Amino acid sequence: MNLYDIIFYLFAIITIVSATFVVFTKNIVYAAYNLLLTLFGIAGLYVLLGADFIGIVQLIIYVGGILILILFGVMLTNKITDVPIKSGVLQVIPASIGVGMLAGILILIVTNISWRNMELTVPESTIGSLGMLLMNEYILIFELLGMLLLIALIGAANIARK
Amino acid sequence: MIPIEHYLFLSSFMFVTGVVGVITRRNAIVVFMSIELMLNSANLVFVTFSSYLGNVTGQLVVFFVMAVAAAEAAVGLAIIIAIFRNKLTVNLDEINILKW
Amino acid sequence: MEILQIAVITLVKILIVVTLMLLTVSYLVYFERKISAWAQNRVGPNRVGPAGLLQPFADVFKLLLKEDIVPFAATKSIHTLAPMLALFVAFTTYAVIPIGPSVEIFGYKVDLVVADVNMGILYILALTSVGVYAITFSGWSSGSKYSLLGGVRSSAQMISYEISMGFSIAGVLLFAESLRPVAIVNAQSGLMWNAFVQPIGFITFVVAAFAETNRLPFDLPEAEPELVGGYHTEYSSMKFAGFFLAEYANMIIASAMIITLYLGGWQVPYIEKLGLPDYAVVLIQVTAFFVKMGVLLFFIIWVRWSLPRFRYDQLMDLGWKVMFPLSLLNLIWVAILIMIMN
Repeated sequence: MNLYDIIFYLFAIITIVSATFVVFTKNIVYAAYNLLLTLFGIAGLYVLLGADFIGIVQLIIYVGGILILILFGVMLTNKITDVPIKSGVLQVIPASIGVGMLAGILILIVTNISWRNMELTVPESTIGSLGMLLMNEYILIFELLGMLLLIALIGAANIARK
Repeated sequence: MIPIEHYLFLSSFMFVTGVVGVITRRNAIVVFMSIELMLNSANLVFVTFSSYLGNVTGQLVVFFVMAVAAAEAAVGLAIIIAIFRNKLTVNLDEINILKW
Repeated sequence: MEILQIAVITLVKILIVVTLMLLTVSYLVYFERKISAWAQNRVGPNRVGPAGLLQPFADVFKLLLKEDIVPFAATKSIHTLAPMLALFVAFTTYAVIPIGPSVEIFGYKVDLVVADVNMGILYILALTSVGVYAITFSGWSSGSKYSLLGGVRSSAQMISYEISMGFSIAGVLLFAESLRPVAIVNAQSGLMWNAFVQPIGFITFVVAAFAETNRLPFDLPEAEPELVGGYHTEYSSMKFAGFFLAEYANMIIASAMIITLYLGGWQVPYIEKLGLPDYAVVLIQVTAFFVKMGVLLFFIIWVRWSLPRFRYDQLMDLGWKVMFPLSLLNLIWVAILIMIMN
């Protein structure tokens, strides 16, 4: 086992354990806190896979934006107003059947297909080629995303304000 | 060297965990977090394939997914807060004013 | 170079940077008190050591010996984690900031930056967004309404100003065509400092840097008269010292960022025309970096003791309705400039 493998398993364990906690912990703030760890773990995996730009963008967008929004949601709906929040678990049996089937299908897919397993070549930096793709082939999607974000911004501000 | 299956198992695990959260938890914010988990697992698969194929287009898709997730988070949390203001709860079972 | 050599050189660099940071931070506190005294026509600390020069050490000892109080309503783990996170972010950011060109020491070529990362600027932005958590966590986990209000205010403030900060930085990146701090510094040779080329971006970035470091006139997260002490109301002893150190370390980082992005980094205009020997040039350049930093730090402290605090709604108005459009304008200006120059 070389260093790369050890780092991979470290990040994988962080991700798995914290993802489990996100879903099963009763305290919402602990869930958010563990989601932070999960997102960190995944950012680390991205960097390991040679996707340095995506790794950092993951930190900026998910950790710096989305999770902060979620924490705001938690803080504004949880502790200030002292309204007890139920976050129990319901419908265990049908849920476990459905989830078991899903998990089975996923495992079957992963194990039965012979994936192309080649040696990873770490590229110099992905940011240049990503930029070229974004500005040439995928320019329409890029513009549409801009529109979407603008609409979401206005919509969210309008919904949240009373 | 890490075989590609390990990444895929990791992301399948995360996806299933996310599904469990969406199905079983009743707090809207926790459901929200579970959805983020599922999106992240899909992203991980995209990046894995992109690296193992040596093609960056997969990473571009991840970029798009993140933008959509950001929009979703903004609108979704605005809705959750608006509901909380009206009903003083974020329990999904009690948000049933559209039900007959 | 062998991996062992690289490791040793990097370790030495980290040690030097951390020691420098700690010393600068503790003396920054001393200078802040001296300058505030000067601004208010007082004397300032003058009892410990000659002219009060040992005051920082006295402060540290006092904080170390205090009792560490954790409030009953606090969430203990997160309460302890928050100051560590603040310090971690404050000290790791410095890794990518270059303080000089690469030099030859004992036959080794050494870059005067701890890590010459390909995406250094994005790295700093990512760490800044992690820094928000220190404040949010401390605010939430203290179990006190003052802390919570301080935490909420601060995260809203930092997120709002991160946007204008990002757009101002985008202007710099367009000019340098790289995300490497070293390349950005190199692109500002001569008098092509970004502060002169894109003054609007410079102003929006400086304002955003003030807001990101929670310094007056944007120190709403602390706002002593309204919120007692803001997010660190419930902290005592070394944990409080952690936040305190982090605040001053963030000031240093903010000024280092302003220098690197807009004031030419370690560059002294036209120094190569003087025909000085190599080592003298490098020495002057490194000194220039620290002089620039001293001036900026003085400026930051000076602003604190001269301007009153903004109201919360004024702060948000300024961020979204003035700084954000201005930084967009700057981006357009830079784009036009580049189009003309090519």
